[in-house]
Parts: sequence; structure tokens; C-alpha cells
Amino acid sequence: MKSPRRVRWVEWALLAAALAIPPINWFWMRMDPAGAHDFVGPLRQVLIYAVLALGLNIVTGFTGLLHLGMAAFMAVGAYAYGILTCEIYPFQLSFWPALGASALIGTVAGLLLGAPTMALRGDYLAIVTLGFGEIVQDVLKNLDDITQGTQGINPLPGPVVPGYAFNSQNAMPWYYLYLGILVLVVVGCRNLEWSRPGRAWLAIRVDELAARCMGIPVVRQKMLAFAAGAALAAIAGAMMASMLTSTGEPANYDFQVSILALCIVIVGGMGSITGVLVGAVAMIGFANVLLPMLAGQLQARGLVSQANVFGNPNNWKYLIFGLVLVLMMRFRPQGLLPRAGAARAAGKSP
Amino acid sequence: MPMASDAGMSPELATFLNFLVIGLSNGMIIALIAIGYTMVYGIIELINFAHGDLCTLGAFLALTLIGALGLGDWSGPWAWAAVTLLLVGAAGFCAALNWGIDRAAYRPLRSAPKLTLLVTAIGISFVLVNLALFWGGLPMEVFGGGNQASAPKNFPELVPTTNLLGSESRVSITPRDLLVAAVTLPLMVALTWLVRFTRLGTSMRAVAQNPTAASLMGIDVDRVIGASFMIGGALGGFGIVVYAIYNGSISFQMGYRTGMDAFTAAVLGGIGSLPGAVLGGLLIGLLRAMSDGYLEARWTPSVVFIVLILVLIFRPSGLLGARVREKV
Repeated sequence: MKSPRRVRWVEWALLAAALAIPPINWFWMRMDPAGAHDFVGPLRQVLIYAVLALGLNIVTGFTGLLHLGMAAFMAVGAYAYGILTCEIYPFQLSFWPALGASALIGTVAGLLLGAPTMALRGDYLAIVTLGFGEIVQDVLKNLDDITQGTQGINPLPGPVVPGYAFNSQNAMPWYYLYLGILVLVVVGCRNLEWSRPGRAWLAIRVDELAARCMGIPVVRQKMLAFAAGAALAAIAGAMMASMLTSTGEPANYDFQVSILALCIVIVGGMGSITGVLVGAVAMIGFANVLLPMLAGQLQARGLVSQANVFGNPNNWKYLIFGLVLVLMMRFRPQGLLPRAGAARAAGKSP
Repeated sequence: MPMASDAGMSPELATFLNFLVIGLSNGMIIALIAIGYTMVYGIIELINFAHGDLCTLGAFLALTLIGALGLGDWSGPWAWAAVTLLLVGAAGFCAALNWGIDRAAYRPLRSAPKLTLLVTAIGISFVLVNLALFWGGLPMEVFGGGNQASAPKNFPELVPTTNLLGSESRVSITPRDLLVAAVTLPLMVALTWLVRFTRLGTSMRAVAQNPTAASLMGIDVDRVIGASFMIGGALGGFGIVVYAIYNGSISFQMGYRTGMDAFTAAVLGGIGSLPGAVLGGLLIGLLRAMSDGYLEARWTPSVVFIVLILVLIFRPSGLLGARVREKV
């Protein structure tokens, strides 16, 4: 089934903008070294969160299972990448095998959580996934013999591609590499969307009982969705760890991250891949790129004092997120770019 | 007040009794907050994510009152007057705020899907946490002059921690433990009376059972839901002030952990059931205290969540919950 024209157009425009930003930014920094701001480094986070949110989109958007613990799988991916690559452990894989292994370990973690919880529905599943997220954080923090506790595992190697060595000084190659991974993930999600499991997920979301009656193996299909979502979250985690050259502390993968992923999916439009991309650009672009830039500019010009809590734009983030969520739910609950085909298939707006 | 029986007590038993006292006191606090979750869920099937953060604001109001009125210097019987003032102030504030949130954010979504309502609650929770952060940055002495908005704030020692069993005793029961019981138990009795015997309580039970039928019987459903939010908010306000006095510190993020404990308690007891919330609260309090004492404190949150997950998987209706409805 084809996406409507409007959505295709948005997707190509996003890709064109994503390709064009680094050269423009580079040019700006050449022209005005003092005043220019580096967007490219922070923009990598938009790409990583887009992968994470696309994973959640499979679970919550396609299949309709509310998942509040995606950050746990991101943490699993990041720590798997860390343990597999860091020089203090015996494995010492390089980027690509470690990335693949992280995705695999994330899948296994997703199945482990999925197996006992598939009978639960709605709110209860949401709470179990939330609890799982908290437990994973605590385990990573407390098993400090293996995970280095709050220190995080570091240093971690960057990506490797033939003929180029990545270094943390130059964000542009990372950016294009991550953009490439994101494009692959988007293509994968697109193919999954109307594949046999994808249609089964949609059927489960619209009416689980009817889906069961039609012979869809509901439990197996839900597990598959859980595993696929966890795999993408783990990839996002490995990308994050590689970018930071550290897993960071376990608290970096807390409930806020899970909720942020959920906000991206909901603001963008549940089940809509293009919507999720737009949501990631809007939410993470705002929170991790624009706000810190604004904060830096205000401080550089001496307009606000660091001590004043109101003066730091970063401190307004959750107030604005919260209001956006509340207003969205009130006036546009289907999201910015709703999934067109699914609403038609369901015969009603979800 | 020396206790003769104390001398023959084994140290292990004394330690256990101390954990028991701490567990029961914390459990009663958790129960007060858990009622706010269970009442709202029982009536509109919303996991009110914002409840813990609402309570946080109640604690910040209490600290503001202390700073503005100089309550920290009141002593003797006046200290108890100060505590009463804080309890009533925070409860009234949380009740009004919770009613207002329901009116502004949840009421327009009464016929919307459950997920829409849940996401709205998450949004409200974000707003409240951020407001608590800003509140902690106010230029008042109790907030550290407003320079460290995100740092935890000391809550003054309004109620002493002297051991009522005498300083010799190995088992410790303090006026703080008494305060917890003196606040919680009457509130429980009052709530039971309200739900069982008043007109409002009857309406609440009717709306919880079937909102449509209730409205056909002439019950103003929105008013009843608003009242539930008020009562839940008020109990949360009482609970959080007692929590702040008991633990001596508040922070803008306290609502998350406290709220999670309380929510776990509500689910454990059977969400929607008031006695269940109280039982669940006491059990979670005891579990926390025993885990802190006999396991390691750093594993306590995981223990609580594992219990929550096991309860949900094996007995989703909780200990006292009767019904697990699936509304199609």
C-alpha cells in the first residue's frame, strides 16, 4: 500500500534538509568563526532518538501496546556495545560487529520481558514496562564490578569505515554515518509496515479479539513487535555510546528518555513513520539543539546569570513539553502527521 | 520512661522491631498517597501520573509557609500548631490544584480514548515537576537563597526525634512515628465514613460502577469526579507534609519515587479498592524497610518494582481487588 503523496513529500524534504545542513553549517563556521554555532554535533542526537522512537513506534504505534520502558533497551544496547568494544574487557570487537551484537542482545532482552507480560493489557503492560526500565537502571548501577557503576564504561571506540578514521573533533562524518543508519531503519520499518507481521500488528491494535478469531497468532506477533522494537532501541543505545565514547551513567537511560520517545511517537502521529521523524526533529531538535544553543548565546552575551533558575532556557524544557503534550491531546490527539492508511483500514480514527 | 522488658530483648529482635516501626510509619504515608491513585483509577480508569508531582508541590508550599511565617522557630505546643497549619495548608492547596487540573485538562477528555488521558497526565506531570524546580529557585532562605533550585531542601525539624521509650531503649519510637499515626488513622476513618455513609460517597461508588447509569439516576458525574480529585489531592497533601517532616528533606523530583511507591501500593492492594490501598501501602512500607535493613538499600527500588511486576503478572486484581474489568 502506498503512503499518501503529502507524507512522501515531507519525507524527501526532511532527507534533503538533513543532507544539506552540515555543509551549510560548515560554511557558516568558516565565514563567522566567532559567532557561529555547531549544529551538526547535537543534531546526531536527533538521528539517534529517531531510531529509538521508530522502535517504540513498532510496539506502540503499529501494535498498540503502550510501552514505557524503551530506555531500558537503549541501555542494554549501549552497555552491550560498551562491554563488547571497551579495551578493559576481553571481547574488543569493532563498531559494526558490536552494533549487530547489541541489536541481537536487545532482541533477546525484548523477548525476555515480552514472554511473561504478553497476557497483560493496556495500563498494566505500561506499568510492567516502566518497572522493567527502573530495574534495568538499578541493576546496571549496582553491578559495578561489571558495569563500572555510575562511571559508565569508557573509553569506547568510534565507528570504522574503510579509508577514514573517526575522531570526536569532527562531527560531520558521524552525522552522515548515523543518517545512513537511520535511512536504513526507515526503509526497514516501511517494509515491515505492510508485511505479514505488520498487517497482523495493525489487526491486533484495531481489535485483538477479532484478530485472534481470524487466526492471527496474537502472542507470537506481539512478541515479534516487542523484539523488533527492542532491537531498534538497542541500536540507538549503541549509537549513543559510540558517539559519547562512553555508555554514560545508568541514569542517562531513565524514565524521562522512555517518555521522550513516547512523546515523539505521539506528537508525530502514532504508527506514522514520517510522523515519528517529524516528531523527533521537533522534540529533540528543540530540547537538545535549540535550547542549549539559546542558553549558550544568552550566557555568552551575559544576559542571564547562571545561578538564576529561570534564566537558563534548558530549565523550561519540561514545562514546554508538558504543555505541548496536554494541548496536543486536547486539540490534535492523532498527532502532526497521522498514519493515513491505518485509519482507513480501521474504519475510524484510532 | 524506661522499659524494664527491654533489657531481656535480643539485639536481633530489637533491630527487627525498629525496622517494623519505620516500615509501618512509611507505609502509612504511602497509603495516604496511594488513595489518591486508587480513587481516580476506580472512577475514571486513569493512572494519574501527575499525582506524585502534585504532592511535591504540596511539600514546597509547606516549606514556603515555614519560611514566610517563621514556623521553624515555633516550639513546644506551638510546634504542633505549626504542623497542623502546614498539614491543613498543603492539603487545601493540593485539593484545589487537583480539582483545577481535572477541570482544565481531564474533563474535556471524558469521552476520549484512555491513552489520550494517560498522555495528558504525563504532560501535567512534566509541568508540575518543572514548576517545582522553579519554586525551589525562589529567593527565600528556606530554599537556599534560590541559588540552587534543583538541590534537595532541608525541611526543618518541627517534630523531635527523641525516643519515647527512653534513650536507653534499643527500640525507638519517636514523636514523628506518633505524628504519622495521628494524622493517618483519623483520615482513614473519616474517608471510610465519607465513602460508606454520605450522599457524596454513595454517588462516588455509583459513578465508579457505571457512569452512564449514575448520570441517568441524576448524579452529576463531573462533580463527583471533581470531588474525588479533591479528596485524593487533600490526602496526598497530608501525606507529603508528614513525609517531609518524617524524612527531613524534600526535592523537586521526590514525587516520582514517592508516587511510584504509592502507585505500587495501590496496585498491590487492588487498584480501585480503598482498603486495598491502605493494606498495599503498609506492605510496601514494610517491604522497603526490611529490604533497606536486611538486603541493601541500593536494591530497594528494584525489590519494590519486582513485587509490582509479580503481582501484575500473577494476580492483576491485587490482594483485595474484586474486579478486573475489560471495557470493550
